[in-house]
Amino acid sequence: MTVKIYIPKDAAALALGAEKVAKAVAAEIAARGLDAQIVRNGTRGMIWLEPLVEVETADGRVGYGPVKAADVPSLFDANFLSGGAHPKALGKVEELPFFAKQTRLTFARCGVIDPLSLDDYRAYGGLRGLEKAVATTPAQIVQTVTDSGLRGRGGAGFPTGIKWKTVHDAVADRKYIVCNADEGDSATFADRMIMEGDPFVLIEGMAIAGIATGATKGFVYIRSEYPHAIATMTRAVEIARRAGILGTTVLGSPNAFDIEIRSGAGAYVCGEETSLLNSLEGKRGVVRAKPPLPAIQGLFGKPTVINNVISLASVPVIMDRGSEFYRDFGMGRSRGTIPVQLAGNVRNGGLFEVAFGITLGELVNEIGGGTASGRPVKAVQVGGPLGAYFPVSLFDTPFDYEAFAGKDGLIGHAGITVFDDTADMLKQARFAMEFCAIESCGKCTPCRIGSTRGVETLDKVAAGIEPQKNLELVADLCNTMKFGSLCALGGFTPYPVMSALTHFPEDFAPRTVAEAAE
Amino acid sequence: MVSQAHSTEIATQTRAIVDSLKWLEGPLLPILHEIQEEFGYVPQESLPVIADALNLSNAEVHGVVTFYHDYRREPAGRHVLKLCQAEACQSMGSEKVADKIKRLLGIGFHETSLDGSVTLEPVYCLGLCACAPAAMLDGEVIGRVDDEAIDEIVAEVRR
Ligand code: FES
Repeated sequence: MTVKIYIPKDAAALALGAEKVAKAVAAEIAARGLDAQIVRNGTRGMIWLEPLVEVETADGRVGYGPVKAADVPSLFDANFLSGGAHPKALGKVEELPFFAKQTRLTFARCGVIDPLSLDDYRAYGGLRGLEKAVATTPAQIVQTVTDSGLRGRGGAGFPTGIKWKTVHDAVADRKYIVCNADEGDSATFADRMIMEGDPFVLIEGMAIAGIATGATKGFVYIRSEYPHAIATMTRAVEIARRAGILGTTVLGSPNAFDIEIRSGAGAYVCGEETSLLNSLEGKRGVVRAKPPLPAIQGLFGKPTVINNVISLASVPVIMDRGSEFYRDFGMGRSRGTIPVQLAGNVRNGGLFEVAFGITLGELVNEIGGGTASGRPVKAVQVGGPLGAYFPVSLFDTPFDYEAFAGKDGLIGHAGITVFDDTADMLKQARFAMEFCAIESCGKCTPCRIGSTRGVETLDKVAAGIEPQKNLELVADLCNTMKFGSLCALGGFTPYPVMSALTHFPEDFAPRTVAEAAE
Repeated sequence: MVSQAHSTEIATQTRAIVDSLKWLEGPLLPILHEIQEEFGYVPQESLPVIADALNLSNAEVHGVVTFYHDYRREPAGRHVLKLCQAEACQSMGSEKVADKIKRLLGIGFHETSLDGSVTLEPVYCLGLCACAPAAMLDGEVIGRVDDEAIDEIVAEVRR
């Protein structure tokens, strides 16, 4: 029987040498005349083990990692095709604690299947949600999504079902589904991972959204920094069209729905939904004032659902298993699961899908294993460049939209960047301001000017020039930006700045004194 | 006169690209991407052609081209090296990596080496934040950039 060897093609695995490993494995198979086949899967999300090579044995899938091309001959010598012992052997992949502790709903197939095999997709439960959707009414689909408690995984946490209902109720000759795949936040890669590892789940989620709202056209706006995701999604859409999942009759139903993949052009602000719409229309990606809501007047002035990748990719499992199944995970008003991304200076970096409610400390210390450098954790930034820095003393905060808001933070896209004790929080605060200045679309003054003034003022603090007065000025600027900016870029930049200042005041003390004290 | 012939050629090729894509809904960004793919940058000569075909003013097209970081106004070096400078990479020493590479290549960010071999750019997240610091060389991704990787990168762009 042909043995299957899985070698990820996910960008992170490629960045760690998966292509060389795949070549070496292919060469050994040929040289030894073995009956084995290489499958290029997505990643399981255990990035510190990549390239993670898996072999399908009678006993289940066993893993070896991180594998270097130079390890490959010895793996064959150790008879790894039958799960043989080797220094890189990890045992059964699904029994590894990092994996076993997860609740994989949205990412159920990611890393498991060949991303572009529809047969694999179906064999692992794919398309069941869409089949149910075509067999029911749009109103019922909207109700199911509403009842599931799914909230926008893009950061704002707005209930997905309510957005859908607004578009469903709007009367127009044309409606759109826009998937925001402009995943620009540092520490986030969940969107990229699912687009590369299970693209059909996003297509299925968008098709369900189309049927639910009466939209016939979907766009996936993917940032240009993700060429691999763009390539995989483009091929997946072609395959889905040929299989009758997209096109004039979705799965043979009277519903038409098609998808176009679009590439961004390197503007962080286009992750903001209204600037993304402008960008899709071929304009400068400046923010639009709301109202009108995109659900009423969105792309080309038509009613538009604009959802994040993970929100849309979570819809198929909700349709398939029912709203209650999904809603039963989580805490408070945060229902279901969230793919937490552990990044930066962390020992076990990767993606961990879990029900809401787990604490920050469990994630960083137990799941993440602390820092990669082995030094003490100093701070973690949650939610990307616009997210707050949390000190270790707040590690008991549960992962929940409201709990984070209560600590002056936000979950955002659920990325966590870990910093060890060598981090300089004044520098991090300055970077937040600098990033806002680089990426501001320029439309509103608090964001455009405030951020530039912020950088200058923090530079004065660092130089020891009237630190007290200048820190007050920073706080004042933050206040103006928070309440006076049109979108989250200017509005949320105060989170990293103020949290750094509040929780790590010692880093803002005049430098000469701080150095003398060491 | 060579330059004039060159301009005409750019205009002709631009026209062909525009004609093949203008049926798209919101075609401007796809057209600009394709033009950059074709020429390696977005030539000034392309702008009036696009504006004319899409019924836009020159200023509107210019405004869009300059808004997005991706569109180059002049050709890049033979290699393009992007170094991630966002937070997760910062936590793993991306600044030191950038300093070292700048020193070795003798250029700063947004600069091209005198021999035209390489253009160096900062990028803010490549989605490789769990294997930071990250880089991208001519579209190839590189994770956990350490001294050894830096040497390989520098050797590659000098080749
Ligand atoms: S922060 Fe550098 S790859 Fe994401």
